[in-house]
Amino acid sequence: MKSAPPQKIQQTLADPKLQKAIYSATGRLAGNRRKTIAADVLPDYQELRQHAHDLKKHTLDHLDAYLEEFERNVAARGGKVIWASTGAEACAFIGNLARERGVKLVVKSKSMTSEEIHLNEHLEKDGIDAVETDLGEYIIQLAGEKPYHIIAPALHKTREQVAEVLHAEADSTPEDLTAIARVALREKFLAAGIGITGANFLVADSGAIVLVENEGNARLSSSAPAIHIAVAGIEKLIPRAQDLAVFLKLLGRSATGQPLSVYTSFLAGPRRAGEPDGPEEFYVVLLDNGRTKILADPGKRQSLYCIRCGACLNHCPVYRKIGGYSYPWVYSGPIGKILTPQFMGREQDPWLPFASSLCGACGEVCPVKIEIPKILLELRQEIVEKSGDRRERMAFRMFAWIMRHPHIYAQFRWVRKLRKLPAAGPLKAWLSQRDLPDLPKKSFREQWRERGRA
Amino acid sequence: MRLVDFPREDLAAKFSDALTALNGNVVLAPDLDAAQAHLRTMLAGKRVVASRAPILGGIGEEYSREACAAADIGVTSADFALADTGTLVFLTESRESRLISLLPPRHIAVIERDRILTSLDELLSRVPHPGVQSSAMVLITGPSRTADIEMRLVRGVHGPGEITVIIVGS
Repeated sequence: MKSAPPQKIQQTLADPKLQKAIYSATGRLAGNRRKTIAADVLPDYQELRQHAHDLKKHTLDHLDAYLEEFERNVAARGGKVIWASTGAEACAFIGNLARERGVKLVVKSKSMTSEEIHLNEHLEKDGIDAVETDLGEYIIQLAGEKPYHIIAPALHKTREQVAEVLHAEADSTPEDLTAIARVALREKFLAAGIGITGANFLVADSGAIVLVENEGNARLSSSAPAIHIAVAGIEKLIPRAQDLAVFLKLLGRSATGQPLSVYTSFLAGPRRAGEPDGPEEFYVVLLDNGRTKILADPGKRQSLYCIRCGACLNHCPVYRKIGGYSYPWVYSGPIGKILTPQFMGREQDPWLPFASSLCGACGEVCPVKIEIPKILLELRQEIVEKSGDRRERMAFRMFAWIMRHPHIYAQFRWVRKLRKLPAAGPLKAWLSQRDLPDLPKKSFREQWRERGRA
Repeated sequence: MRLVDFPREDLAAKFSDALTALNGNVVLAPDLDAAQAHLRTMLAGKRVVASRAPILGGIGEEYSREACAAADIGVTSADFALADTGTLVFLTESRESRLISLLPPRHIAVIERDRILTSLDELLSRVPHPGVQSSAMVLITGPSRTADIEMRLVRGVHGPGEITVIIVGS
């Protein structure tokens, strides 16, 4: 199988500061999670996971009905749903609306979906200034980079690097830097004509979107400008507002180890008569962009259950070594490994599902119980069946044949005598990152015979 | 849905513990007069924007965007509080604005003790359709925070860095 683009990976592995940053940040997030799901504080954690999984399964199995219910209820609350089958359609709608309303400045709160469709680049081309307002996103936007982690976008930046990006004193503390960003962004919030957010959940029975955050920038983006646009994948639906009791408990804990994130906004339509503030116009852009293709595959449909908590990244031995920029698309880590091939095509980066030790940690910590390891195996199988290496296939066929014929297998005793496998040919790359354990003095067969059981 | 099982009389203490753990402040006032007196001392000499909720007794400037942006302290009521997470719940039905609790660097909320519920589950069983009552239901759990720079916890990034809840009738 073709291997990963080695450059980013090698760079990350060779950078001790970056290694430490990734390792300690993901370790801390994982540790926080563990404390808030412990049996003494959340005895029904496993039941909640199963419940969340079942709710997502039910919703996606009946997505057509829930999407219609959602649209009806958004309209009943005075909002409007826009259906976008591609990212380009979503971006075009937003660009046009901004032009029609004469809006030149847009504030954005962190949204992986808008990263997925390259919304900022599209708006820039239309002459619209789109400012990221989540502190981490703001930093990486100024640095001209992409989010490093689903929930900690600037995880890879040291305070000195952040100070440089914000043109602050080199010895600024995180408190100083945060204060600088607060002041700069406050002006943007109050001047912007449109606020764009993602949505953590779309609530069918209420026609509402739910935003979960810690900073307050999603609240500001959805409340201060006259127009609020939420961009969300169609898989974000949940049936009822009451289901939030399940999902909110899992999301905060799995993401950052908080029983509840600081701000949860349940937003149903524009400001109503008698309400002092809130947007005058409310749009929800429902994005397909390949999701219905995944929906059509019953075995891998569960990839769409993801609530973007990032727990699988924090627990992944591969992500924790190679970091967020070694993955080819906006979604990194284990979830990226199953989403990217399904969204972008398996042939694009066929190495991706193979870049896993299949340790199973991702599936274990997933709050909605997506069987990531199983899906990785299915993707591997599909990729090999379609375009696998002929020599590799032949080698495995021979291996299987030998293993099924004990007398022939026994002829390969000499392999043990090599002590070390020759680091040449196809074995060279494989051995470059692995230490093989020493072989025991005697083979299993020899020991079996000696103990007189043959 | 799972209703947390602890005695109703412990709710204020439980709420107080949860919010204090998040670096929020809780003041227990025996009655409304005491609460308002306490509020006045906290607000003395500050620029204040406050909602017109009756429980606040008409203090401070009335809501306007400009007042919110300029104020030192925003004062609100709250519709409910959730004891197990130290959360305040706002439905704009009560004429609370979204920005008073968001723009000023400090937020003070005054709430009657009997508005404290056990948990998110109880809230959603009491208010199963928040969208019917108001365009926004906002849950606030402690001061605004971020850990985006070197995972260091910093409070008050976009929302208030300080939050105080005065519980009336405790």
